[in-house]
Amino acid sequence: MADASLGLWTVPLAVFGGAIRVSTPFLFVSLGECITERSGRINLGLEGTLVMGAMSAYGISYLSGSPWLGVLAAGITGALFGALHAGICSLPRVNDIAVGIALMLLGTGLAFFLGKPLIEPTAARLPAIDFGWWSDVPQVRAALRINVLFLIGVAIAPLLYWAFKTTRWGLLIRTAGESADAARAMGHSVLLIRLRATMVGGFLAGIGGSFLSLFYPGSWNEGLSSGQGITAVALVIFARWDPMLCLWASLAFGGAAALGPALQSVGITSGYHLFNAAPYILTLAIMIITCSPKRTLTGAPAELSITR
Amino acid sequence: MTTEAAESVEAAGVAPAADPGFLQRYGASIEYILIPGAALVGALGVFGGFIALYGKNPLDLYFYMYYGAFGTWFSWQNTLTRAAPLILTALCTALPAQLGMVIIGGEGALLIGALAATSAALALQGAAPIVVQIAMVIAGMIGGGLWITLSGGLRQYRGVNETISSLLLVYIALAVLNHLVEGPMRDPASLNKPSTREIGAANMIGTIPGTDVHWGLVFGLVAAVAAYILIYHTTFGFAARVAGGNIRAAKIVGLSVGKLILTVCFLAGSSAGLAGMIEVAAVQGRTNANLAAGYGFTGILVAFLARQNPLAIIPVAILLGGISASGGLLQRRLGLPDASVLVLQGIIFVFVLASDALYGRIGFLKGKS
Repeated sequence: MADASLGLWTVPLAVFGGAIRVSTPFLFVSLGECITERSGRINLGLEGTLVMGAMSAYGISYLSGSPWLGVLAAGITGALFGALHAGICSLPRVNDIAVGIALMLLGTGLAFFLGKPLIEPTAARLPAIDFGWWSDVPQVRAALRINVLFLIGVAIAPLLYWAFKTTRWGLLIRTAGESADAARAMGHSVLLIRLRATMVGGFLAGIGGSFLSLFYPGSWNEGLSSGQGITAVALVIFARWDPMLCLWASLAFGGAAALGPALQSVGITSGYHLFNAAPYILTLAIMIITCSPKRTLTGAPAELSITR
Repeated sequence: MTTEAAESVEAAGVAPAADPGFLQRYGASIEYILIPGAALVGALGVFGGFIALYGKNPLDLYFYMYYGAFGTWFSWQNTLTRAAPLILTALCTALPAQLGMVIIGGEGALLIGALAATSAALALQGAAPIVVQIAMVIAGMIGGGLWITLSGGLRQYRGVNETISSLLLVYIALAVLNHLVEGPMRDPASLNKPSTREIGAANMIGTIPGTDVHWGLVFGLVAAVAAYILIYHTTFGFAARVAGGNIRAAKIVGLSVGKLILTVCFLAGSSAGLAGMIEVAAVQGRTNANLAAGYGFTGILVAFLARQNPLAIIPVAILLGGISASGGLLQRRLGLPDASVLVLQGIIFVFVLASDALYGRIGFLKGKS
């Protein structure tokens, strides 16, 4: 239904709308991972958490009729997966990256298993706020139909930035991430701090998953997430563990991911699959540009195994 | 092993008394079998409980799993057919692990290897089958090899984390495959399932005489043994293990770590690429989205369960090949979703990693200190 008068303007407009729509899962996962990594651990399993979140949100929303209960269920599922990750990582000589890979496989497997009966039914979706009421152009209105979760995510980013900087909790998490010994010397349990940080991280990632199944694309199927979780984990690295940079990076990613469907809507379909790979190529490109073999990244928590 | 082991062993009265040094010598090796074995049993127990919650009888589950994996000659053949690509994709994780690298992109190398092998076969239509087959092996290995070398090179020269880059490359490989089979390489006759043209029946690698198991199994066995010899019985493998143990020491003694990383990553990728070639030349006969069957991801689990040892990969791959072979039977007889195999694999993976904490801590294998 491309409006002829808009012509090629449809593409940037769809990319803009997509940046807002598609970026939400990236935003939630990257903010969650940001908290976890600041505490000195990396959770690669958020891909599995995202899919589990999407499935449980859809299931609970279908059973209860309330999408917000679904979002809550997704968050709780995510927090449980976070607790599992942190629990296994607390054992001596267990590698957090490997545990992440295991939970990635377990999460997707479990979601496909439990979600099998959910492919058919339709669950109640999350509502959107219509910010485009002033416009007559349908594409503009479509681009400005914004979900509340996106706004919540946008609000969490500066809140987290502030919390890391000024609150006691932020300081504790950063201490655990910079020097576990220092945190121990202050009389705090590093394992407990990391457990909480990973659970909060999982909670946010689960909510990111609920957005996938309850708003956009807005259904449950096994191809729902294809690497958004892992892309968001990579995104934290080049956002330098800064929640505000996570926000901008997520928006850029959402725009890149919306490129394929946007071009398809104006009839350019030849490279559809290649354009769909744009977020992964972008991630890789940014990592190549920003990483360096000689020094550790500025802002990297010193305890993080991925940068040591 | 501590020197006190022998006395404590006698005190505990567990080991063969005739040879008090037995546990001292073999305690570590016993651990490598006992602990993953216990992890496996624990995972099966949890999975049984999960299935019981789902309203099925766990004993039926175990029976059908055994029956579907190893119960009959038919199921054995099914199991071995699935084990072949698993051995090769597991090597894709196990070889870089010697250098301390965690590569999880075997699925991507498998897809690129399949595409390269198919391209070679389509380009050589009309040549003698043996020429086509050799070209497919070479193309598949080079394609997969370069794909993982990319991750290794990025790690070495740009400091990009290889775990994340190799996984991102899986999604990129999948996009490239989908693009090619729906676009430039599409066989116009493939309507419902976009695919490339077929490589031709004459060019298929066929089955081992007397069985339905294709020759890919032999490829896998040879590759695993070769990898074992390379790692444990050559200077190159020794250098790789030194670099994996302590990268600074390796640099001080003058090892060229960059070259090691690139070579090992190439070998790792070429092994997964060979798995892709086998899936094309022995099973599918063409390239399409069916190739992304998850062998690359299960291979990661195989490598970790085998503790990155190429020889141990062989029995572990057969075991996990058996689990996936029994998936069909579980679906038909117990009405379980096809994802139940994935759930079990995930649980096994979690148990295996958690069991890492047990090494050197089992009383009767270690002795009091």
